[in-house]
Amino acid sequence: MSTIAHDHHDHHDHKPTGIKRWLFSTNHKDIGTMYLVFSLIMFFIGGSMAMIIRAELFQPGLQFVDPQFYNSMVTVHALVMIFGAVMPAGVGLANWMIPIMIGAPDMALPRMNNMSFWILPFAFALLLGTLFMEGGAPAGGWTMYPPLVLQTGKAFPFLIFAVHFLGVSSIMGAINIIATVFNMRAPGMTLMRLPLFVWTWIITAFLLIASMPVLAGAVTMLLTDKYFGTSFFNAAGGGDPVLFQHIFWFFGHPEVYILILPAFGIISQIIPTFARKPLFGYASMVYATASIAILSFFVWAHHMFTVGLPINGELFFMYATMLIAVPTGVKVFNWVATMWKGAMTFETPMLFALAFVILFTIGGFSGLMLGITPVDFQYHDTYFVVAHFHYVLLTGAVFALMAAIYYWLPKWTGHMYDEKLAKIHFWLSAIFSNVLFFPQHFLGLAGMPRRIPDYSVQFADFNMVSSLGGFAYGISQLLFVYIVIKCVLGGKKATGQVWEGARGLEWTLSSPPPFHSFTKPPKVTKALMDY
Amino acid sequence: MHLNKCMARFLSNFAVILSALFLLSPDILHAAWGLNMTQGATPISHDVYNMHMTSLYVCTAIGILVFGMMFWSIFHHRKSKGVKPAKFSHSTTVEIIWTLIPFAIIVSLAIPATKLLARMDDTSKSEITIKATGYQWKWKYDYINEDLTIYSNLATDSVEASQRDSGIDPKTTDNYLRNTDTALVLPVGKKIRIMTTASDVIHAWWVPDLGWKRDAIPGFINDNWTIINKEGIYRGQCAEICGKGHGYMPIVVKAVPEKEYLAWVQETKLALKSKKDSGDKELSMDELKTKGEAVYKANCLACHQANGQGIKGVFPALDGSPLANLKDRIPEHIHQVIYGKNNMPAFGEQLSDTDIAAVVTYERNVWGNKTGDIIQPKDVAAGRKK
Repeated sequence: MSTIAHDHHDHHDHKPTGIKRWLFSTNHKDIGTMYLVFSLIMFFIGGSMAMIIRAELFQPGLQFVDPQFYNSMVTVHALVMIFGAVMPAGVGLANWMIPIMIGAPDMALPRMNNMSFWILPFAFALLLGTLFMEGGAPAGGWTMYPPLVLQTGKAFPFLIFAVHFLGVSSIMGAINIIATVFNMRAPGMTLMRLPLFVWTWIITAFLLIASMPVLAGAVTMLLTDKYFGTSFFNAAGGGDPVLFQHIFWFFGHPEVYILILPAFGIISQIIPTFARKPLFGYASMVYATASIAILSFFVWAHHMFTVGLPINGELFFMYATMLIAVPTGVKVFNWVATMWKGAMTFETPMLFALAFVILFTIGGFSGLMLGITPVDFQYHDTYFVVAHFHYVLLTGAVFALMAAIYYWLPKWTGHMYDEKLAKIHFWLSAIFSNVLFFPQHFLGLAGMPRRIPDYSVQFADFNMVSSLGGFAYGISQLLFVYIVIKCVLGGKKATGQVWEGARGLEWTLSSPPPFHSFTKPPKVTKALMDY
Repeated sequence: MHLNKCMARFLSNFAVILSALFLLSPDILHAAWGLNMTQGATPISHDVYNMHMTSLYVCTAIGILVFGMMFWSIFHHRKSKGVKPAKFSHSTTVEIIWTLIPFAIIVSLAIPATKLLARMDDTSKSEITIKATGYQWKWKYDYINEDLTIYSNLATDSVEASQRDSGIDPKTTDNYLRNTDTALVLPVGKKIRIMTTASDVIHAWWVPDLGWKRDAIPGFINDNWTIINKEGIYRGQCAEICGKGHGYMPIVVKAVPEKEYLAWVQETKLALKSKKDSGDKELSMDELKTKGEAVYKANCLACHQANGQGIKGVFPALDGSPLANLKDRIPEHIHQVIYGKNNMPAFGEQLSDTDIAAVVTYERNVWGNKTGDIIQPKDVAAGRKK
C-alpha cells in the first residue's frame, strides 16, 4: 500500500476500506452519502411516527395509543423530520455537489466535515432513546414551550442535549460550506456565476450560524430553569414564559428558511436543465433569496400572534410577514418564466420540480393568509396551520429533495435509475400527499385544533380521508428506496452529461465522478455555465 | 426483473385494499363535510370571515394566473412538439413589474387588516368582565362583576366514551369532546370583556363563533372582547398543547337574553352557597362512593386513570399506594387533594367539603384499595383549617 502512496506527491489518494472508510472518512462524497442515507433512515422513522398519528386520528375515539404517547409522537415526529431528515438531506446534497459545482477537490475542512456528520447518530440516539424511558419521550411539542416542557420526566435533559448536539453539528456544517465556497472556487467561478444551489446554500449557512446559537441559548435556559432553580421562564419567580417563545422563534423562523432555501436552489438547477433554457433572472433570484433570508429575522412573532402582543407589535410583524411574499413571488415568477418558451421534457426530477412549484406556492398562499393577524386569530394552532407547513415542507422541501436525488443519482452512481418506476413513485407521491394534506385545510377552518389525539365527530370524515392519504403516501415511499437501491446496484450506464440540457461543472466529470473531484482546478468560462 | 414484479404486485394489492377501505367506510358516503370558516355570531367574527374570504379570493386569482401560465407552457413549450428553446434569460422591466404588483396587492390586503385588528384590540366600554383561567385540564370562569366563580370540566359521558377502548361510540355521545358539565353563560347584545390567563401551563381559549382565540398564559392576563348577537350554544376547545388532556378541555358558551342571564347568576350563586354549607351532614359509604366516582371522573381520571394505575413515571398510581391505604395517612390524603403537590393542582377551591370527602372515600374503597375508611365532610373542613 505504501508503494502506491509513494507514486503520488500527496497522500490524498489514501483510501481506507471497509468500516474505516466510513468512520474516518474525510471525503466529501462519502460523507455526503452518509448524510443522505442517515436522512433517509430518519425520514422513515419520522414517517412511521406520522403513521401512528394518522392511525389514531383515523376515526374519533381513542383506539391505539394513550394521549401522552400521542403527544410524544407529535413532538418527536417533528424533531426527527426537521433535524434528522430534511436538514441532513440538504447538508448531504451540499457535501456531494458544492465541491463539484465550484471546481474544488473536496470541502475546505474535511475533518470537521466528518465530525459534523458523526455527531448526528449520537444526537438521535439520545433523542430516540427517550421513547423507552420511564415517563416517555418529550411530549410538549417540538417548540418546547415552557412551562409545559418543564413537566417532561427523565427525558428532559436528553432532549436538551440532543438539541445542543444537533446545533453543533449544523454550525460546523455551515462553517465548512462557507469556507469552501469562499476559498476553493476554481478560477473564473465568480460569485455571480455560482450555480443557484451553491448560492442558496451559502445564504442558508449564514442563517444557520446566526440562528442555531440562539436555540442553544434558549434550551440551556430551560435546563437551568428545570434543574438549577433559575426563573427565566417562570412567571412565579419573576420570569416570562413568552420570552422563551420570542427566543425560540428568533431561531425558528430562520430555521424554516434553512429547510426551504436549499430546495429553492435545487429547483433553480433542475428547471433550466429540462426546459433547455437558462434560468430566468439569475441575479434577481440571488437577491430574492438574500432578501428572504434577511427578512426571516424580522418576522418571528407571526408564530405567536395570539400570545397577546401590543397592537403595534402585531402590525409590524404582520407587515414584515406579508412583505416576504414579494421576493418569494419573484422566485416563482422566475421559475415560470424559465419554462416559458423553453423546450421541456418531463423526466422524474422535472416532474417533482413542477409539483414543487405548484404545491409550494399553495403553501405560500396559506402562509400569506396566516400572516394576516386578525384572521390568524382563527387559523392559529389549527389544522389549517398543519396543512400550511406540510405543504411547504413535505410537498415543498421534501419534493425538492426527491427531485435532487433523481437528478443527481445517475451522476453519483454512474447508472440511470428506473425511469418508469420513478414516474410511478412521483404520481403516487403527488396524488397522495394532496389527499393527505389538502383536507386538513378544511379541518382547520372548521375548527379542529392541532396536537389533539381525539376529536369531535364533526371532524371525522376529512380525518379519515387524510389518514388514507397518509398511509398511501407512506407506503409509496418504499418504492423510492427500492428505486434508489436498484440504481446503486446497477442499471443503464450514465454518461458524464446525463441530461441533455444540463449545464455546469458537475456534468463535465465522469459518472460516477473520481474520488477527488477536481485535482486540477478547471477553467470556468461564461460559455461553460450558459446555453 | 423479479424485484420489479414483486414491487408491482405489492403496489396493486395495496391499491385494492385502499379503495376497498374508501368504499366500505360508511362515514365517507353520508357525511357533513364542513369546508370553510364559520361566519360566527359576533360582528367581529363576520369581519374576520370576510377578511379570510378576501385573502382566499386574491390568492385563488393569483394562483389561476400563475399556474395557468405554467400549464400553458407545459402543454405548448415542450420538446416533443419540436419547439426550439428561446434564448432570453432576463428582463429588468419584467422583474420590476412583478415586484411592484405583488407589493400593491399586499398593501391592499394590509389596509383592511390593520383596521380590523384595531377594532379587535379595543376592549374599552365593556359592560361585563369574565376572567377565564386555564388549568390542566379545565377552565375556571370568574364573573368579576358578580363575585361568582364556576369551573367547567369535560362532560362525564365524553370522559367515559373517550377512554381507550371504551366501547362507546363517540357518535352516540352528546357533543363528543365539545360538551362541558357547566357552560359559560353570557348575555346577548352586551360588550363582554374576556380576560385569559392560566395557572399551570399555557392554554388557549377559543370559540370559533366569536372570531378569535387567545393564549392563556400563567403570569399574564390577556384582554379580549366580544358582543354575541345571536342566542345559542357555541362550542370550542383549548387550542394550545397543554399536556395529555389538551384534547379534553372544551369550552361551551351559552348566550341567553340578559334577563335570563341575571336569573342564572342568582340561581348559581345560591346553589354554590348551599353546596358549601352542607358541611355538617353525615353521609353513608354508598352515598360517598357514588358521589366520589363522579368527582373522580371529572377531576382525577385524566391523570390517575380509570383503573387508578396512573401512568408510570408521570402520574402516580392510587391503586395500592400507601397514601390511599394506610390509616395514619388519611389527613395527608385529604391535604393533598385540597392543596395539591408537585404537578398535582390544588382542588380545595373548586371542590366542596362534601366533594372532597366523597372522592377520598371513593379512592380508598375502590380497585384493590379496601380500607373501609369513611371520610365525612367535617373531616375535610378540619383539614382546611390546618
